[in-house]
Amino acid sequence: MISLAGRDIMHAWGKFVFTGLGLGLLIGVTLSMAGIYRGLVDDGKALLDNSGADLWVVQQNTLGPYAESSSIYDDLWRGIRNMPGVERVANVTYLTMQVRQGERDVRAMVTGITAGAAGTPGWPPYLVAGRQITRGHYEAVADVATGFKIGDSIQIRRNHYSVVGLTRRMVSSGGDPMVFIPLKDAQEAQFLKDNDAILQQRRRTSANPAFNRPQVPGLLEAVIASQSTNTYVNAVLVQIDSIHSADEVAEAIRRWKRLTVYTRSQMEEILIGKLIATSAKQIGMFLVILSIVSAAIVAFIIYTLTLGKIREIAVLKLIGTKNRTIAGLIMQQAIALGLIGFIVGKITATLLMAPIFPKYVLLEPLDSVFGLFAVIIICIFSSIIAIRAALKVDPAEAVGG
Amino acid sequence: MASHGILIEGLKKSYGRGDTVVDALKGVDMQVAAGEVVGLVGPSGSGKSTLLKCLGAVIEPSAGRMTLGDQVIYADGWQVKDLRALRRDRIGFIFQAPYLIPFLDVTDNVALLPMLAGTPNAQARQQAMALLQALDIEHRAKAMPAQLSGGEQQRVAIARGLVNRPPVILADEPTAPLDSERALAVIRILNEMAHKFETAIIVVTHDEKIIPTFKRIYHIRDGVTYEEAGEGRSFA
Repeated sequence: MISLAGRDIMHAWGKFVFTGLGLGLLIGVTLSMAGIYRGLVDDGKALLDNSGADLWVVQQNTLGPYAESSSIYDDLWRGIRNMPGVERVANVTYLTMQVRQGERDVRAMVTGITAGAAGTPGWPPYLVAGRQITRGHYEAVADVATGFKIGDSIQIRRNHYSVVGLTRRMVSSGGDPMVFIPLKDAQEAQFLKDNDAILQQRRRTSANPAFNRPQVPGLLEAVIASQSTNTYVNAVLVQIDSIHSADEVAEAIRRWKRLTVYTRSQMEEILIGKLIATSAKQIGMFLVILSIVSAAIVAFIIYTLTLGKIREIAVLKLIGTKNRTIAGLIMQQAIALGLIGFIVGKITATLLMAPIFPKYVLLEPLDSVFGLFAVIIICIFSSIIAIRAALKVDPAEAVGG
Repeated sequence: MASHGILIEGLKKSYGRGDTVVDALKGVDMQVAAGEVVGLVGPSGSGKSTLLKCLGAVIEPSAGRMTLGDQVIYADGWQVKDLRALRRDRIGFIFQAPYLIPFLDVTDNVALLPMLAGTPNAQARQQAMALLQALDIEHRAKAMPAQLSGGEQQRVAIARGLVNRPPVILADEPTAPLDSERALAVIRILNEMAHKFETAIIVVTHDEKIIPTFKRIYHIRDGVTYEEAGEGRSFA
């Protein structure tokens, strides 16, 4: 038996291809939405992976340092370092801001890292060009997504930094590329006030009789000095040894240091379950809406195509064609339309949308397989209305009168 | 008369119930021999289409008896289980418009019926080609319906009606869209095919130019048929 659906498609291939093209763009958007969700999750995991930490020690009762702000003293790391099971510790600061370079500025997550070497928690684990930071001030390593190049001079607050290294896939949970600078500079950028504010604060402190007592020499200078120094970081990153478990070490730090500590799994839960939950829900809603729209479009197209063949269907029924052959003709056309749409959609998502989309779009092969099955199932269900219409056609319609 | 292709006795068809019942056929008697072409004429609303649909096993008559060849297909109820197979294998249809499947070429339009009946594709196409040759249209075998003239399309439709060698062919106004010359050509072909394949052909028509070509004509009026001898003019 010849394939009636195949012949019909070949006969009107232009109509099918252009319809499939339109459907494909819609499927491309749907696949891209799934890719954006995967990208969000991957960004969150990349942030955790790249930090190199097993535990995050943050301000008590906060979800810091990524989901909420967290401030802890920058000398707490010493006590944590001496806890059983702790291999390495490092202070870290995170601040998402506009980093200027010449006339343009780039939104980036500025990360303050302690002195050390690659492998120190918080450090970029690998570079794609240049070198790691070796000086205590005014050097930076930037993610390539910032568009900065080795030797570029960038401005963070009032200080200028020289880009000495480039890294890749170092992003915040929001997808902003990271710029690594020395911790002291980052603390200054995050907590230090501008010169006018410092002068005003000194004036206020001098005018306060509680700090400026004539009979206590040196008190005013001491207070002003304490106000001018910044002793906070956002978190302490902890690597544990191979003997102790993360939960065990975290519990000890919570108990003895009275700080909040998150393990990797808890931090993933915060990032994926809380921080990107709203975005994920929005994307999920878009996915559902796009799937419904795609199904409606396929149903409408197939129904219209079927209505255009009512007389032929009546003739086919009159000359003895089985219902399942007619249903097969319509369903195969719906599936063919879905396949054309999926191929166009996959190409659109992979080659057009993902490279130009401002967010990271991660197109997982498994998502594509799932998408293909979803498209086929949607097409099968969408063809049901047209099949019902075709099966209701009275063969007598082919006979005049 | 030769053995009958189709025999209809007291065929009735009513629509509606109770006070609204309409008797479309009030006891039709017809007999068409194998190899014979008869005309069925009548004004609009006389019951032609209803009779054609009953003969074509598209609608169920209310009473009566129909025999196709030696097989009783209706006797106050269908005597055949699979009406679809009956239509496919034992009844040929030719319509007012050819209604060819637009996405199949000429060969496959004709070969589709045997294919639907389970004949292998190659064999079905051979059968189709043989008929296309008999109808002198084999040179258009690979053409699509849209590329054919009206007369060519009607010849393909005739080939499709004949391909399964049915004992009866029902032709519904087959010459309506054609000019006199082509209309007469179609009737000539139908007569040749009826003779060649021993098929009984009933041609429903209003077409004054072809009515004189029938040797026998059934008139239908108010659901009753009357037989009349035709002129049986030549097709020249």
